[in-house]
Amino acid sequence: MFWRRRPSEPDRPDGDAAVPDAGPAAEVEEPSPAPDDVQPPAGPVTQRDEVQPSGQAAAPGAGAARDGDGLSAGVERSRGGFVARLKGLLGRGDPDAATWEAVEETLIGGDVGATLALEVVERARRRREAGGPVAAVRAELTALLVDRDPGWVPHRAGPESPAVILVVGVNGTGKTTTIGKLAARYRAEGQTVLLAAGDTFRAAAIEQLRTWGDRAGAQVVAHAPGADPSAVVYDAVDAAVARRVDVLIADTAGRLHTKSNLMDELAKMRRVIDRRLPGAQPEVLFVLDATTGQNGLAQAKAFHASTGLTGIILTKLDSTAKGGIVFAIEQALGVPVRFVGVGEKVGDLLPFDPEAFVGALFG
Amino acid sequence: MFDALSERLRRTLGSLTGHGRISEADVDTAMREVRLALLEADVNFKVVKDFTARVRDRATGSEILASLNAGQQVVKIVNDELTALLSAGDRTLHLAGNPAVIALVGLQGSGKTTTAAKLARHIVKIGRRPLLVAADPYRPAAIDQLVTLGASLDLPVFAAPAGTSVPEIGRLGIAHARHEVRDTVILDTAGRLTLDEVLMAEVTELVRAVRPVETLLVVDAMSGQEAVAVAQAFAAAVPLTGLVLTKIDGDARGGAALSISAVTGLPVKFLGTGEKTDALEPFHPDRLAGRILGMGDVLTLIERAQDAFDATQAEKAAAKLQSGSFSLEDMLDQLQQVKKMGPLGQVMEMIPGLGGMARQAQDSVDRGDLRRTEAIIRSMTAGERRDPTILNGSRRRRIAAGSGTSIMEVNRLVKQFGEMQKLMKQLRGGRRLPGVFGR
Repeated sequence: MFWRRRPSEPDRPDGDAAVPDAGPAAEVEEPSPAPDDVQPPAGPVTQRDEVQPSGQAAAPGAGAARDGDGLSAGVERSRGGFVARLKGLLGRGDPDAATWEAVEETLIGGDVGATLALEVVERARRRREAGGPVAAVRAELTALLVDRDPGWVPHRAGPESPAVILVVGVNGTGKTTTIGKLAARYRAEGQTVLLAAGDTFRAAAIEQLRTWGDRAGAQVVAHAPGADPSAVVYDAVDAAVARRVDVLIADTAGRLHTKSNLMDELAKMRRVIDRRLPGAQPEVLFVLDATTGQNGLAQAKAFHASTGLTGIILTKLDSTAKGGIVFAIEQALGVPVRFVGVGEKVGDLLPFDPEAFVGALFG
Repeated sequence: MFDALSERLRRTLGSLTGHGRISEADVDTAMREVRLALLEADVNFKVVKDFTARVRDRATGSEILASLNAGQQVVKIVNDELTALLSAGDRTLHLAGNPAVIALVGLQGSGKTTTAAKLARHIVKIGRRPLLVAADPYRPAAIDQLVTLGASLDLPVFAAPAGTSVPEIGRLGIAHARHEVRDTVILDTAGRLTLDEVLMAEVTELVRAVRPVETLLVVDAMSGQEAVAVAQAFAAAVPLTGLVLTKIDGDARGGAALSISAVTGLPVKFLGTGEKTDALEPFHPDRLAGRILGMGDVLTLIERAQDAFDATQAEKAAAKLQSGSFSLEDMLDQLQQVKKMGPLGQVMEMIPGLGGMARQAQDSVDRGDLRRTEAIIRSMTAGERRDPTILNGSRRRRIAAGSGTSIMEVNRLVKQFGEMQKLMKQLRGGRRLPGVFGR
């Protein structure tokens, strides 16, 4: 199982040269960056350039302690000097108000959201964690995430019944690409995969899905552009049953969550699956772009209301963005992130690792 | 849910009306609210810091205008500053050169290809002959997408053979445009991450090869805190001339645009307001400022109303209201007009002070209230619509069955309508009534 090649926690090699854990002792032992790094730099880019080396050096203490796995590797590059600055601040014994402000800014800068960031910092302060502020904030952040089974597989009503995955999200988050990666993942496990070209609206979306289908070795059920997407799903469900495929993945057109007619259309696609395959309990995966800001919560809520989300896929985590809005979403909906997208290649979809994700926010 | 800043400030500062000056403490309170509001709107936290510092300077000790209370005064200062920031730079689309080259760059999924098609359509409208050039050889079917969009607009699309380097695609595209006598070239480039040094170098090379008169960064209105860093990285790679803010038809406040303008000085040149190729609008700084603050966007509302409303019909409705002859038939017309303006929640959001009601209104739409009202009226005979007093039990039963509603709902509508008529009669004779909506 190639996608397991980056295990999340316990089997971390002990002899790893990196600092084994983000423990407090480790934080203190980090070489502190030069004091001028502590000043908020003028702009993010300069900041990144200036502190890049120390930021990289500091990285093993936190995120990359998880054996340099793909998520960290992807996100590591995106860590700026903020990390180094923060570590410098936090490593110096007694945290003062300025330190907490820096923590708060890190969270806000990572799109956690101002209100939630204030709450988390407040709780972390009260916590008086022995391990120091970073450990306290990390613990609070991890606590915000819902419990998830790392060995999650999509639900199947029975051995004869396919797992059904409906992929939804706003425009441009990477739904079709993610489906290609998902298909490749299940194919690599030896499962048969059928793709439903449910995006009948965007020009060439069907072609794009076909290309991914070819790459992954998955069949594609498609109608003509402009066809009713529910009809595509209807046919795909029948085809999946007839051909006895293991996994059916349905693409949908990107839609802004504020367009009620389009959200109704999505709800109908879900109903078609439920009716055509009673007991299938489709997995509805919400694809969220990690560069999304506070609007991500409104998106997730709207999609949850119309289709009943069962999971989230956070894409483009290989960018400089941290995807902090996920905390608010998991907290509000209780729906876990299942996968993260960390690149454009077929293998760049990894199981979500809460520890690594929280760590990456701090670097 | 995010409260409109003006509402928040009214709550915290409203009682201060009548003081001669805004005190230091008042300003502190206000700045906390301003900071939160801007952060919730995805304005970059560093920009927020600078911004609140500037507003604080202006607000401290400033005279409260006679007509405004302290809260309104602060809102006014914030609004002025925001508008000033967003007004940065030159917002005209330059089309010098033959062909004039426009390059669109940005992250994956920001909407470059759709924007390319929209721009092409805009350029046709101003009397030019655009050529779309597909310079994204990476994303599967990206070229097909542009070709399809071009065909739908009846415009030529240039695609180079597979394996052509991106700068070469640009050169060939321009040569093709000259050959086909097209005066404008729109380059749709691949989405790229700013961390991807190879692709960033490629876009630099492309821009060097084609020398665009406009290099526009396409930015998703839903972008978060990183938008500034992304824009700076692109600005470092290519000489950007402006921004296109896409997906603004959602409910994102678009603070990212403010951050980018504030840090880079780049103007927003266009807004992407929908999925269709005609959904490209010029940018108005004051409107986005209002949107970021949650102050409502009255001007856009008025424009939409003007687009959607048939003026003569509205006059007629107003006249009928005044004469007291406003019937259920007219109510149906009005309902339809309102629907034409777009999702009701979105419409309400644009009205200052109604931001909070927007959700309620949208909920009532989602529950299908309007549709049910419509169905009930449509199930009535012409006579019944003109004079609902003839509705006896049997007629009401028929209407309920015909509209798929209940007798209770029919009763409620008839009662509401009766009360409305009564109200109209009371108002009549007084001042001239304005129309029901907008006029």
